[in-house]
Amino acid sequence: MTVLARGGDPPEPPAHGRAACPPVSPPGVLAALETVRDPELDEPITSLGFVASCTVSADGDAEVRLRLPTYFCAPNFAYLMVADAYDVVSALPGVRHVCVVLEDHFASDAINDGVAAQAGFVRSFSGEAVRELDSLRADFLRKAVMAGTDQVCRPLLAAGTSPAALLGMTLGEVPPSRALSRLRERRASLGLPVGDAAPLLIDPVSGAAVAADGVPLYLRRAQVTRVSIEANAGICRGMLRHRYATPGQGESEEDQ
Amino acid sequence: MYESNGERYFVVDGHMHYWNAAPDNWVPGAEKYAEGWIKCFHAYQGLGPPETHWSLEHFEKYSEEDLMKDVFEDGYVDVAIFQPTYLKEWYKEGFNTTERNALMGEKHPGRFVYNTRWDPRDGDEGLEQLRRNVDRYGSIGCKLYSAEWNAGSRGWKLTDPAAYRYLEACQELGVKNIHVHKGPTIWPLDKDAFDVADVDHAATDFTDLNFIVEHVGLPRIEDFCFMATQEPNVYAGLAVVIGGLMHARPKFFAKVMGELLFWVGEDKMLFGSDYAIWEPKWQVEGFVAWEMPDDPELSDYPRLGVAGKKKIMGLNAAKLYDIKVPDEFQLPASAGTPGAQEVLGQEQPVAGA
Repeated sequence: MTVLARGGDPPEPPAHGRAACPPVSPPGVLAALETVRDPELDEPITSLGFVASCTVSADGDAEVRLRLPTYFCAPNFAYLMVADAYDVVSALPGVRHVCVVLEDHFASDAINDGVAAQAGFVRSFSGEAVRELDSLRADFLRKAVMAGTDQVCRPLLAAGTSPAALLGMTLGEVPPSRALSRLRERRASLGLPVGDAAPLLIDPVSGAAVAADGVPLYLRRAQVTRVSIEANAGICRGMLRHRYATPGQGESEEDQ
Repeated sequence: MYESNGERYFVVDGHMHYWNAAPDNWVPGAEKYAEGWIKCFHAYQGLGPPETHWSLEHFEKYSEEDLMKDVFEDGYVDVAIFQPTYLKEWYKEGFNTTERNALMGEKHPGRFVYNTRWDPRDGDEGLEQLRRNVDRYGSIGCKLYSAEWNAGSRGWKLTDPAAYRYLEACQELGVKNIHVHKGPTIWPLDKDAFDVADVDHAATDFTDLNFIVEHVGLPRIEDFCFMATQEPNVYAGLAVVIGGLMHARPKFFAKVMGELLFWVGEDKMLFGSDYAIWEPKWQVEGFVAWEMPDDPELSDYPRLGVAGKKKIMGLNAAKLYDIKVPDEFQLPASAGTPGAQEVLGQEQPVAGA
């Protein structure tokens, strides 16, 4: 087994002629895990410190161990992160088998067994859930769109753009930034307009442009959503640090 | 009573506990949940200043003397409101019950308010128990924990028909202050357990009751804030906001306070230490000393003055609980700054609401 140490030990040399593709390396798995986000915090599970370890055998058997800030973190979001991790790692060329283990959680067994069996949430929590988690995920993507809109608008407002001018702006008129790309990605995930001609300020449910008299409150709403998510992420990081002394895989100093 | 810069503050701790979470109280077979729960609470304490951290052993079970010293002697609190959490599936005698709280409180007349609790899944028997508790302990408030596990169920909502029966009983019995605490589980599990929409409905339907949303709906501050502007009988319980953010994340603390002052307003925010998660002493001192930082990013938030701090530290809770406050601590009627409800009005449509 190759264990990806913090700072990145060199991966073991690939085994020859054992798998159809060359086995994937732990950094490759970690890169895939960077695309998995905590749906509530809208941040990668890597930078949040949730990846406890990530190993790959010479034959391409990957094991990812995840950890969360508390024993009682909400099981629906925990399930989504474990299932998403399973999906992105499974999709890597050279991976033969994937095992994702959520550690130290009250519902570890239900989640780990359910994801391994690809059973879905309803079957994994028999009698306790009615639907799969798509609608929950979409609700939180909408919050991410509101928070992301604040991230894009704040610097513009600070530079002197008026709220009324923001109302008239299209995505194409906003100077390129990481925040803008991120906002476009979140909008795209929901099927909301993302083209250059699309308005910057839209309703995250209907996609309709915001009405002129609704702008101040809309911007306030975007701001409080961002504050809420970021404050929550701050508390989660503090709790995780109290629970585990070691940093997670892919967690940078500034993330802590 | 706390005094700073010549100003005197009457302190009501609106949210505190007297628990036993030591192994002697763990239910056989449920040890891992009992242990997981108290360790989770202990991690929250880790967000406070290091010199206020306790060992896990002390945190699991502290004495009556510890509480009296931490809360009243050192912590400046005048009156403390016990908020029970039962969790009897995990703790044999309950985590902290109305009975246990009152047993201790009766030795210290005038110091405590005994809130009780109910669980709609307890049916008629639970209703009878609620009546007995109100009769015996004089409760005019209750604490609801909707994520509690009960006979195979992992939670409930305020809008459940069974819960409405209890809310009707509260109205009839004069249990007018409903403290709502959301947790990570609910039925069905695929829904967001922290969603506060059920509080919104209940607050609309029971206008004689006050709904104090504990830890300001964290992690759903945004939903809570928006609801609070629309429901005149919804209040913000600051437990966790002060304890969990003021020391550990001062920048976010300022932003969250700014949002609360804007949306909810200083007339509807209540201090709560969440003792024994955090001791009140450093929270009271820090909060009274706190000023919105002079930062362009925070420039459009309302400021919090001495009058607002006096309300949040105790006067608002005293009003809800009919606690007699000596004249020297009172404010002139018009002191302070209103929140968004007064500023924005109540009929503002918002996209995404």
